Amino acid sequence: MIEWSLFAESWPAYLDGLWLTVKLTVLSLIAGLVLAIPLAVLRVSPNRWLSAPVWAYSYFFRGTPMLVQLLLMYYGLGQFEWIQAQWEAGNAFWLVFRDPYGCALVTFALNTGAYTTEIIAGALRAMPHGEIEAARACGMSRFTMLRRILLPGALRRALPAYSNEIIFMLHGTSIASTVTLVDLTGAARNAYSQFFAPFEAFIFAGLIYLAITFALVGLFRIAERRWLAHLQPRKPLRKAA
Amino acid sequence: MTQLTVEDLHKRYGDHEVLKGVSLSAEAGDVITIIGSSGSGKSTFLRCINFLEQPDAGRISVAGEEIRLVPGKDGHLRVADAKQLQRLRTRLAMVFQHFNLWAHMTVLENVIEAPVHVLGVPRRQALERAMAYLDKVGISRFKDSYPAHLSGGQQQRVAIARALAMEPAVLLFDEPTSALDPELVGEVLKVMRGLAEEGRTMVVVTHEMGFAREVSSQVMFLHQGLAEESGPPAQVFGQPKSERLRQFLSGNLK
Repeated sequence: MIEWSLFAESWPAYLDGLWLTVKLTVLSLIAGLVLAIPLAVLRVSPNRWLSAPVWAYSYFFRGTPMLVQLLLMYYGLGQFEWIQAQWEAGNAFWLVFRDPYGCALVTFALNTGAYTTEIIAGALRAMPHGEIEAARACGMSRFTMLRRILLPGALRRALPAYSNEIIFMLHGTSIASTVTLVDLTGAARNAYSQFFAPFEAFIFAGLIYLAITFALVGLFRIAERRWLAHLQPRKPLRKAA
Repeated sequence: MTQLTVEDLHKRYGDHEVLKGVSLSAEAGDVITIIGSSGSGKSTFLRCINFLEQPDAGRISVAGEEIRLVPGKDGHLRVADAKQLQRLRTRLAMVFQHFNLWAHMTVLENVIEAPVHVLGVPRRQALERAMAYLDKVGISRFKDSYPAHLSGGQQQRVAIARALAMEPAVLLFDEPTSALDPELVGEVLKVMRGLAEEGRTMVVVTHEMGFAREVSSQVMFLHQGLAEESGPPAQVFGQPKSERLRQFLSGNLK
């Protein structure tokens, strides 16, 4: 006894929810990556004053559940009078934290930023020492070496791990529905309460998540073929013309 | 013209003194080979020349310009001016035992990388130059391959082309054939022989006694951190004066 009318009537709401899910995922991933690249460089610095703050940031965001971070940001911050005063005063920066969308975006970006920092830092540490020596020996400055050798090598090597992070973030955004946002999961909840058909409501959302995940996995397979060709077995040489 | 002078180089790791005052002077066109058993300090000496290792004392000049050094906190010498070191390193190209090609770049990209991004050579000109050097080492048909897809001998020839593309004053070779399968050693030595015949200035740390004897203008035998004997190959190989060198040669010449 499948409640087919649920699909017929609520697909526009699912579509709206999907759009919010995509926005949250893409924007937080971009912000997280932009944050993570310089932080990863600081994270592997031998200078403790540079690496320790990054370690603390990444330890906090990887050590606590993203749901707790989101609740802290959305419900927790409003408890402080100083922040309430900023809201009264119309301070644009702090108003972001009164808006559930702003809270979700900031939380997700900081969270994925922390994981991505560790992924890239790991890839930087795994850089073969000989390649770094070769760069030093030909007179490269530290910045040129970072820009031309270390980051291009490390970001490529980080690709498989980062593709997992992207999928985790897509799924992670589903907790946005706990702070009043109607993302894909939120749309499913609404459909459930409207039709009292939990299986249909959630399987529909699940199938959409599944389809996007499948597409992402395919995209990353193409990306890895393109950017990790140097780590893969040699293609058979084409016959000479 | 003197391309490279090293005076009284010292290097210690903790209590162990690896180099106890080694000097070397290379005129343009000289091929100086450094031989010695493992642990004699020959690789360390070569790596101190371009500061991949920090020497504790000594003076180094490249093409008449001395690297300015100041004592560091840890007792090692420190380069006074990082920009100067970078500039002088572009005059000293190094070929490593393990090739050390940049894995994410193709052969051609490896060869043009430093000319374009360190020397500021226009890309088109760097590409022309790179193709000429890849031709010279016989590897131009692999220009679009990645290093991991080449044999060790091919990778080392790419590394030599990469070094040549810097058009350096001195080429430094750090045991360039030691990581190669025996049947691949010959192709690399042949390229190096060609470079010597062209009159390039080279300092070569090697275990290849045939190469040292036939190609070099000067041979230096390092033993326990000191240049125990040095001179033209006929003298070093023909009339070794020290007992150490005689033992070393009898173990290595077959």
